Amino acid sequence: MSRRYSIWALARNALSHHENWPKAWRSPEPKPAYNALIIGGGGHGLAAAYYLAKLHGMTNIAVLERGWIGGGNTGRNTTIVRSNYLLDENAHFYEHSLKLWEGLSEDLNYNVMFSQRKVINTCHTLGEREATVRRYNSMRLRGIDAEFLTREDLARLEPAMNLSQDVRYPIVCALAQPRGGTARHDAVAWGFARGADSLGVDIIQNCEVTGIDRDPVSGAVTGVQTTRGAIKSGKIGIAVAGHSSQVAAMAGIRLPIESHLLQAFVSEPVKPFLNTVVSTGAAHFYISQTDKGEVLLGGELDGYNSYSQRGSLPSIEHVIASATEMFPRIGRLRFMRQWAGVMDMTMDGSPIIGKLPAPGLYMSGGWCYGGFKATPGSGWCLAWTIAKDEPHPLNAGHTLERFRTSHMIDEKGAGPFPKAH
Amino acid sequence: MLLIPCPWCGPRDETEFVYGEAAVNRPSDPNSLSDQEWTEHLYFRDNPKGEHTERWFHRAGCHRWFSVRRNTVTHVISAAWPPGQEPKP
Amino acid sequence: MTRQVWRTESAGHGIDRSQPISFGFNQFRLEGYQGDTVASALLANGVRLVGRSFKYHRPRGIFGIGAEEPNALLQIGSGARREPNTRATVQELYQNLVAGSQNHWPSLKFDLGAMVGLAGALFPAGFYYKTFIADPKRWLWYEKRIRRMAGLGEPPADADPDDYAHINAHCDLLIAGGGPAGLAAALAAGAAGARVILADENPTLGGQLLLAPQQVDGMAGHLWAEQAQAQLAALPNVRLMTRTTVAGVYDHGLFTMVERCADHLPEPEPHQPRQRFWRVRARKAIFATGAIERPIAFANNDRPGVMLLSAVRGYLERYGVLAGRTAVLFANNDSIYPAARELAAAGLRIEAIVDARPGLSDAAAAAKADGLHVLPGHGVTAARGLREVRGADIAPIDLAGRIKGAAKTLACDLIAVSGGWNPAVHLHAQSRGRLTFQDDLAAFVPDAGAAPYASAGASAGAYDLAECLAQGFAAAEAAALVLGFRTTAPAIPAAAGDPVGAAPALWSVQAPKGARCFVDFQNDVTTKDIGLAHRENYASVEHLKRYTTLGMGTDQGKTSNVAGLALMAAKRGEAIPAVGTTTFRPPYTPFTFNAMVGGQTGEIGHPIRRTAAHDWHAANGGVFTDAAGWSRPMYYATEGLTPQQRIDEEVLAVRNAVGVVDVSTLGKLDIQGPDAAEFLDRLYTNRFSNLKVGRGRYGVMLREDGRVYDDGVTMRLADDHFHMTTTTNHSSSVFQHLEYLLQVVWPDLRVFVTPVTEQWFAAAISGPNARALLADLAPEVDVSNAALPMMGMAEGLVAGIPARIFRLSFSGEIAYEINVDADYGLALWNGILTAGGPHGLKAYGTEAMGTLRIEKGHFTHAEADGRVIMDDLGLAGMVNAANDCIGKRSLGLPDLVAPGRKQLVGFIAAAGERIPVGAQIAALDDLDAVQDALGHTTSQAYSATLGRHIALGLMKDGRAMHGRKVFALSPVLGQRAAVEVVPPCFYDPEGGRQRG
Repeated sequence: MSRRYSIWALARNALSHHENWPKAWRSPEPKPAYNALIIGGGGHGLAAAYYLAKLHGMTNIAVLERGWIGGGNTGRNTTIVRSNYLLDENAHFYEHSLKLWEGLSEDLNYNVMFSQRKVINTCHTLGEREATVRRYNSMRLRGIDAEFLTREDLARLEPAMNLSQDVRYPIVCALAQPRGGTARHDAVAWGFARGADSLGVDIIQNCEVTGIDRDPVSGAVTGVQTTRGAIKSGKIGIAVAGHSSQVAAMAGIRLPIESHLLQAFVSEPVKPFLNTVVSTGAAHFYISQTDKGEVLLGGELDGYNSYSQRGSLPSIEHVIASATEMFPRIGRLRFMRQWAGVMDMTMDGSPIIGKLPAPGLYMSGGWCYGGFKATPGSGWCLAWTIAKDEPHPLNAGHTLERFRTSHMIDEKGAGPFPKAH
Repeated sequence: MLLIPCPWCGPRDETEFVYGEAAVNRPSDPNSLSDQEWTEHLYFRDNPKGEHTERWFHRAGCHRWFSVRRNTVTHVISAAWPPGQEPKP
Repeated sequence: MTRQVWRTESAGHGIDRSQPISFGFNQFRLEGYQGDTVASALLANGVRLVGRSFKYHRPRGIFGIGAEEPNALLQIGSGARREPNTRATVQELYQNLVAGSQNHWPSLKFDLGAMVGLAGALFPAGFYYKTFIADPKRWLWYEKRIRRMAGLGEPPADADPDDYAHINAHCDLLIAGGGPAGLAAALAAGAAGARVILADENPTLGGQLLLAPQQVDGMAGHLWAEQAQAQLAALPNVRLMTRTTVAGVYDHGLFTMVERCADHLPEPEPHQPRQRFWRVRARKAIFATGAIERPIAFANNDRPGVMLLSAVRGYLERYGVLAGRTAVLFANNDSIYPAARELAAAGLRIEAIVDARPGLSDAAAAAKADGLHVLPGHGVTAARGLREVRGADIAPIDLAGRIKGAAKTLACDLIAVSGGWNPAVHLHAQSRGRLTFQDDLAAFVPDAGAAPYASAGASAGAYDLAECLAQGFAAAEAAALVLGFRTTAPAIPAAAGDPVGAAPALWSVQAPKGARCFVDFQNDVTTKDIGLAHRENYASVEHLKRYTTLGMGTDQGKTSNVAGLALMAAKRGEAIPAVGTTTFRPPYTPFTFNAMVGGQTGEIGHPIRRTAAHDWHAANGGVFTDAAGWSRPMYYATEGLTPQQRIDEEVLAVRNAVGVVDVSTLGKLDIQGPDAAEFLDRLYTNRFSNLKVGRGRYGVMLREDGRVYDDGVTMRLADDHFHMTTTTNHSSSVFQHLEYLLQVVWPDLRVFVTPVTEQWFAAAISGPNARALLADLAPEVDVSNAALPMMGMAEGLVAGIPARIFRLSFSGEIAYEINVDADYGLALWNGILTAGGPHGLKAYGTEAMGTLRIEKGHFTHAEADGRVIMDDLGLAGMVNAANDCIGKRSLGLPDLVAPGRKQLVGFIAAAGERIPVGAQIAALDDLDAVQDALGHTTSQAYSATLGRHIALGLMKDGRAMHGRKVFALSPVLGQRAAVEVVPPCFYDPEGGRQRG
């Protein structure tokens, strides 16, 4: 069991020049067999392992990570956490995830810096106001916090915002989720890793899964082939969003997913002047300021299938242009670093959390833009599904089978075009 | 920013084009397909990490649809051709 | 004004002593010269302390001389031009420049934030993960305080007053870097006739030639650079760009460059952009970006007065500034010896030349023979002094940095350090080139093997001047040859630079417990932090970076990344390349957001589409909204009326007299060809092949997944000629969809589609008086019900203009849509308005149009939100069983035939109640209750016709719910209404009025 973290522990360790801190997690050699395997050491996979061990008593399990934990989309996003969804399945799932976030630092004894600074959606036309009010009203009927903000409210909350009517898309009003906010992305992976490790979970880095073995008769999974040897297990969870298609293909399964790039970038750090997270549908961007002081921006997909983790210019030019219109003061800040994540884009824009058509095989993927905020909820539901071999009601709608019945969970109504969600 | 070789106009910046989707061919008689087969066409994709055949529309140009073979990791475009004229690999 | 106490009498070919420049730093008024950077001018004035570090608020001075600078970040300018985090080492001095230090309170000298530094033992790397573990409310409180301590400079106070520009360019060869290798490459490629762009971030070409005395072709290096520049400037095929950074490498030969056109001026000249963002497509590129000197870490190595050796040399050579009075030089390579001689000659007192290497190199032996105080096998173990260097502790060390003997302290005010160089491989790595670790340089160099672009000179690991020149020539010749240019190998000039010796790996000197040796100055990452990361198993390169924030500052780790990696490798007991490299992401150096925006905002970024009658709308009180980029009047504001009163007037004009609305924004497609009718049959759920010429039909298109996609009326102009209308929102995507079907799916169909939305202006007149008005407008057209029935059409002059008249109705009244050539749109509109007076005509906007269609129960994209199918809208009957259209196959999928789908209904409010916008439909009249929604409203209006608030909406099993009393709730607005569920058509459901 790792030593508990606290201000006292920090003070005590300061006396010994911080030379006695234990490893946050071990780096064990893989065992030949486990009761369950999680493929993917991102936030989702580590969370699944943590909850499997903590809530379902499955501790003889391992997380297999191709590179270093938290190195995929966990470390490449805009760290926004919210649950402002319109459709039933998503609203309940993301709200459950948000509630887990609210207790996460204490649960993990690791500060994930979940900052409920409010997530604001600005509206720029009456039509947009109507659609957004509808969505936020639906949240309130479900018991999820939501509020309406006038332009005066916005002037008070975000003094740097341009509320003039003399711009291309003047702001009409905004809706907000006060409990929404941001979290420290790396810390989520590390916190779950440390928590899972302390419960006995083996976290195995630099271990790429190269094949999934299935019983030729029953089709059930029996284990995996990896770059560090074969590992047996009758239960395998896939949590590799961005690369779900590749891993599922190892079990001969095709998915309703395409991989697309989503970019984000930061400015140089400056003193705090943005207080909340602001997103806008009309101009397609979201903005917040990190605790370090960087202005963090993200926007839309690059628009074509890609695994390159290297973004294109047009989409970020567009985001910066829109953002400087809404926040003119950022125009003179400097663009410091850009990166791109590979998104699993599904055909309806909603995730797949559940069983795959091979006994013992499960997945949590297809996260589109929504993966980071879903981290604890996804892990929680995947753990439940693996442990019970059936979905929890919270993820009962997010099946792969819905693409056979056309039961789409399509928040945008954009149809079966992954790039459109 | 990609430089896309439109078979009619030559290489042009990505911003002139609209990305369609993976080059899946519409079944000639959808009514003859089972739900399983039809939803496979509608929703399921190979999503390769590597060579990918896809369709683009030259919106700010000749208004033509065409196919492109592009590597989804390196973005290198190895071929582009008008509908129905796929070059032999 | 202070005297420039550290300016030498003679050196400094980069400054013009005849042009003094006055500038401000904090409360001081100082003087420098034309050609100075802020850093060289500050040093000339003896200013050492220029800022506070990010985390511990430690005093910091100028460390480097260029883009690599981690410490000297200043706020430049004031007001809206105030720019934070500007590197003093690259900011050129201009008259009355205002510079300020950052990240301290109340002052630079006395910063309370430094308390964090004093208690620094409590705040090792990642301390925040281990403490403040609390519920989110308490964390929010802590976070607010932490945020204030971080963040460096203040953001600009207001919107940027300057202009920026975008420019695109093409070239055969882009050369990044105008040092010896880049100049050589440009000379060779230029002579071969290639179109060359040579970009260098500095105001003067020459690179390293400017920063140390060297000889090329028998002349001083900087003079040779000047001569090369003049030669290149004379070539029409070469574009020389100074103050221009190649920032990013993207796909398919695209490079971004940022040109700082006016950052060296107090403000841009009139009509001059401050910065220009270049997008360059280059067929080939050569990266000649030089190398970045690396420090060696020792205790308190961040004190002002500890500097890179090459920077100290450069300040003397280029700016005539001695960065101190008494110096200790510390290095692991031979560059220390020429440096020592130059600096001593300029009057710097050299206390010791501390050479970490155990033996004496030739250069060391020569220096020793000349009486210089050379200490081989020694290292600086600590800097003394609090706010600046007062001395250096020196002890025997080995090459692993271990202390091997007693230390002694030498008094000095400058410690100049050189730990060797790291090639600036950033662009190479961005272009997906691989890196290999070269042991003798202890550095990553480009792997030339699979590299898409060449690297030359120091950025390729060639530090010898002659070799740099040779590589530049060779790379350019190779590129020119591949591009098909004939090259005439120019003679490589003789060159004499520094002796090049190996720089053995030495990253840090052992430090006593409790002392801090900084690796990343800007983010305050110490060798101990790296040890801690390793101890806690944050041992991969990326974990190290993220856990300690190593290399995440504005300098992006230019002086720290490799050292951090090496120290981690040592902890892990592995070789550096086995541990990995870091990722190099664009941009090379940070640049202004607005450069990338390039003025592409407002109407330039998102053009506004205006109809031909726009000016009339604007002049007559039109209040506009944006609809798919079009500017459309919502209503016409009238003095003395509230918007709702005015909308009511517009609605009632249509219901009782006649109204006119501009419907030009509807998508229009001209469809021609022998198979046009067959094509429409395959597009719409209903048939068009049996439509008579001269008649129109309403059709709905589905997406392939069976959901409603678009709708509109299509008129048959001839057997093989149709005029299709689409919704405003989908006009462009429907065109694309049709072309897809014709070109890819059904290439055998002989059909041409032409988008003609902009070619036609369309005005709809509707109301009981519409026919009489049309008769007045088009006296030659038979407008009788028999000649021009519902869904009929006519052609003729309307208001004297050739027009197509379609009789169709969205409002439910007799209505005609008059289409004319867009150039005559305003004339038609005015003609209608003039003729309409006697008929009680009023112009109406989209709000009234919306109200009229809600009264009629017509759906728009508010109802058909991409999730609904025909049956949900009550339109199952429009799906022709015999027709096989796009999307029809999906209608049989299980979820589309499942019970419990949401269906279109109407809601009518109790008298006096107002249905809120965006309401949820629920059984309990309670805004705070958690309850299942029964449905939601999709659009609502006050119906002046009915005297009630009405709405359309979607409701589970809605058609079975007619007559139910439910509630429309808007908790976020605190509004509610009691409503009754009714069929979606509120007005004239039989449709007699529109056919009349």
